[in-house]
Amino acid sequence: MKHLLSAGDLSRDDAIRVLDTAEELLGVAQRPIKKLPTLRGRTVVNLFFEDSTRTRISFEAAAKRLSADVINFSAKGSSASKGEGLKDTALTLQAMGADAVVVRHHHSGAPHRLAHAQWTNGAVINAGDGTHEHPTQALLDAFTMRRHLVGLPGGPGGGAGPRAAEGTDLADKHVTIVGDVLHSRVARSNALLLHTLGAHVTLVAPPTLLPVGVESWPVETSYDLDASLEKADAVMMLRVQRERMNASYFPSAREYSRRYGLDVARMNRLPEHAIVMHPGPMNRGMEINADVADSPRSVIVEQVTNGVAVRMAVLYLLVGGATEGNDA
Amino acid sequence: MAPSSPAAGVPASRVVLDDAEIARALTRITHEILERNHGSDDVVLLGIPTRGVPLARRIASRMSEVEGRSITAGSLDVTMYRDDLRRGPIRSLEHTDVPDDVDGRTVVLVDDVLMSGRTIRAALDALADYGRPQAVQLAVLVDRGHRELPIRADFVGKNLPTSLSEKVKVRLAESDDESDTVTIQGDA
Repeated sequence: MKHLLSAGDLSRDDAIRVLDTAEELLGVAQRPIKKLPTLRGRTVVNLFFEDSTRTRISFEAAAKRLSADVINFSAKGSSASKGEGLKDTALTLQAMGADAVVVRHHHSGAPHRLAHAQWTNGAVINAGDGTHEHPTQALLDAFTMRRHLVGLPGGPGGGAGPRAAEGTDLADKHVTIVGDVLHSRVARSNALLLHTLGAHVTLVAPPTLLPVGVESWPVETSYDLDASLEKADAVMMLRVQRERMNASYFPSAREYSRRYGLDVARMNRLPEHAIVMHPGPMNRGMEINADVADSPRSVIVEQVTNGVAVRMAVLYLLVGGATEGNDA
Repeated sequence: MAPSSPAAGVPASRVVLDDAEIARALTRITHEILERNHGSDDVVLLGIPTRGVPLARRIASRMSEVEGRSITAGSLDVTMYRDDLRRGPIRSLEHTDVPDDVDGRTVVLVDDVLMSGRTIRAALDALADYGRPQAVQLAVLVDRGHRELPIRADFVGKNLPTSLSEKVKVRLAESDDESDTVTIQGDA
């Protein structure tokens, strides 16, 4: 694994290795000194052409816990707003000696271009490109699901150790992903990764918010949320991405919320062990009800904690060992 | 009593410790640890993965018998602290489980073979991130020499002078599904 561009590039063994590594690294947050010396002297650049707070600080925390030097580059107030393109930015970062480039871009495929155009020697990690993919989000979601659905048989707060989950996948778990699939890179990455890990994915959305070609994805689709609640082990609510909506995809926010929002009544129809997830940031009252978001079933805050461990695992696996040409 | 070496086809492989000898060495090390520390009250046993962990557990169970209370051993993975990470492909992480607060206690690190001392150097760095022990001691099943750092063991199962062209192979029932042996291979 040289780059992490798509969740679909990960084999089952690759994915389980990331999850198992993250499982060990999760313990670092509980120690008196929350730092490992592993990436000392390595440089990680956060290259963000699109606004993001949580993903950027998650990557920043992950890199810093591994002792890497972190350079944050955000498009606002930088040379990108003066018209510099991806290529020149990348060449600049290469000249500074970036070992890993974490890139978020509003155009789908930008990380792919960056990785394959030989502009930089560093490992490229896709932190969200357009409406395409967000593989580390999918990994942290799978990690959270595995801890709860495989490692902790009692459900959230159950007693058994999460180590029981190590080395396992998500075989035969049912995951329902609800909402704006069309604009969601989270949904696409999750669909690919969860399929690799053996889970059954159902995408639930109004017809206008399902992408063209979804029938070629390894998933089932449905227009009816209520029909897919009873068998779900995990329900993932997607954010309604108003900033990407330049047309009317549904009649009104209230109607969307009535048909596709997760409220307490719907949550109560889920199996006892099922967990509620959301990649954040949430529109409370839109796709998810505030009482659901704050309920004990919700693992939304835990997803954030797990995100740091998973990103540490990805950084370690990509740049922790010998890399060609970068050690001279 | 000693099982024949499992490594068929490797030239000049000889068993230097069999299962009974390993058991006796661990029993002796257990008593030495207790004697040195005046009991087990402040002792924290930490095995270094992979084979240090079952060895630490065996010492813990012997210690429990002698002391008449339940003593458990933890494990301390040193992978992220190694000085040779950048020289090879990525290593998978092993499990770390430090059961007690190590502040002010005496930590006894347990490993199978002591050679360069680099693993122990990494373990000392890792330990410092968990707290500030009163003292750190080292127990090893085999000390084969060739130190590259100023590190020595406090408790040694067997001193085994070797040449660098030889390999010392430790096999334990828990980790290898074979009976316990220490063999030397590749006699030059």
